[in-house]
Amino acid sequence: MFDFWQAALTHPLARNALFAALLVSLCCGTVGTYVVVRRISYIAAGVSHCVLGGLGAACYLNVAWGWTWLRPVHGALVAALLSAVVIGWVSLRRREREDTAISAVWSVGMAAGILFLYATPGYSQDLMGYLFGNILLVTNQSLWLLAGLDAVVILIVWWFFHQFQAVCFDEEFARLRNLNVDAYYILLLTLTALTVVALSMIVGVVLVIALLTLPAAMAGRFARSLAQMMVLASVLCAASCLAGLSISYRPDLPVGPTIILVAAAGYLITALLPRGFLRKG
Amino acid sequence: MTTPAIELSGVSVGYDAHCPVLQGVDMRVERGAFVTIVGPNGGGKTTLFRLMLGLIRPTKGTVRVLGEDPARARERIGYVPQHFSCDPLFPVRVEDVVRMGCLGGARRTRQQARERAAEALHAVGLDGLGPRWFNSLSGGQRQRVLIARGLVTDPEILLLDEPTSNVDATAEDAIARVLGGLRGRMTILLVTHTAAVASRFLDTIYCVNRSVHAHPATDKLDEELMRHITGFALASGVALGGPSDV
Repeated sequence: MFDFWQAALTHPLARNALFAALLVSLCCGTVGTYVVVRRISYIAAGVSHCVLGGLGAACYLNVAWGWTWLRPVHGALVAALLSAVVIGWVSLRRREREDTAISAVWSVGMAAGILFLYATPGYSQDLMGYLFGNILLVTNQSLWLLAGLDAVVILIVWWFFHQFQAVCFDEEFARLRNLNVDAYYILLLTLTALTVVALSMIVGVVLVIALLTLPAAMAGRFARSLAQMMVLASVLCAASCLAGLSISYRPDLPVGPTIILVAAAGYLITALLPRGFLRKG
Repeated sequence: MTTPAIELSGVSVGYDAHCPVLQGVDMRVERGAFVTIVGPNGGGKTTLFRLMLGLIRPTKGTVRVLGEDPARARERIGYVPQHFSCDPLFPVRVEDVVRMGCLGGARRTRQQARERAAEALHAVGLDGLGPRWFNSLSGGQRQRVLIARGLVTDPEILLLDEPTSNVDATAEDAIARVLGGLRGRMTILLVTHTAAVASRFLDTIYCVNRSVHAHPATDKLDEELMRHITGFALASGVALGGPSDV
């Protein structure tokens, strides 16, 4: 249980994992709060699975076409942002059934990603890493990228906090106050896409949605305001990641799934707490 | 002659071209008036408000609010929606809900917005509840918070769409008292299905049922008005209130 903490003091990879967990928790708790209260977790799941398409395409172009400057995370960012805008546009226009469009984006992204990875010489074995992540392989460069994503997400949320709050709480009233509700919705999906990319480095594209929603759902049972919920969700996300790392380190279990099971256990406990205990007053 | 608060001339509107919700509506509301709007469900009351807020455009005729296009005048209107329901776990404090009314208008510092919210909460009799969780309040208190949200910018017009539809008699009375306190301070249009509330505000009454017509001035609810309010003929034994002191 304490092996990870001892390793964090001496091994750079374990130390990077610790910092990555803390950094990713900031944007996870912040954006996860919006995902839960705005009830867009299905959209976030669609975006996260579509990320595999971008990862696969970037790997393929890197190896097969010699685009060595193109890293998998670049493809992930493009795929996440593109899918968020497409799903958001469909959702706002409602010309197509929203869930059908999300499912289409979801499965097309996954299928394209698997095909690209299959066609990339020497990359097929990395599929599991992309699907389920490995926080113990986070590099210094990735840490800087995570810090950058955190800064962008937190700055935008801080600047537009009241607007996002109004749009999530009462969309029609926000429209009456002349807020561009559609633009804020797309911006929210864009933030979700950035967070999904950050989280996919830690737990992989398949498990992103769990880490995005479970800590925020737990926090939502105790918080009286959105800001409180964001702080609490970030703390719970960090606790889940660090507990998952601690538990999985010694027996060499896959870290991503362990983190998710820890978060799920926390959610189950809060869900079973009596109502009086959760009263927010 | 001063510009009226609201003026509709020959307005028709419909979501389906073959089935107009409102047809040939002429309506003029003077500034400072208290207008009670009654009529059956589906008669077009909410559509009338949506026209006044500029959320929909008339297919015929013109709508002017404070002498302007409704969408341009929106910042000067307070609005309390019908049947507002939110996620019961949504984490938002009462003060935050009221401050939402400040969005999109003149820029205010955090302190100014807080002070405005506190004043609005005072106006609806909910002093000191700002830090409370919105969903921990009773239905009637939540409705008064929404009225405070509509009042926070000190609007020239306040539109209330059935503010007492989902509350008990005590809360209904509290809301009616709040509205009584606002009478004369701004132009108020109140849609209601509740006889006890309508009976307190008989200054100017409009009956809406695809068309809009002004009900002759009265000091108590008569059978015709009750039919417009409830959608049914007056049942025997229904107590009708006279004008009250609110």
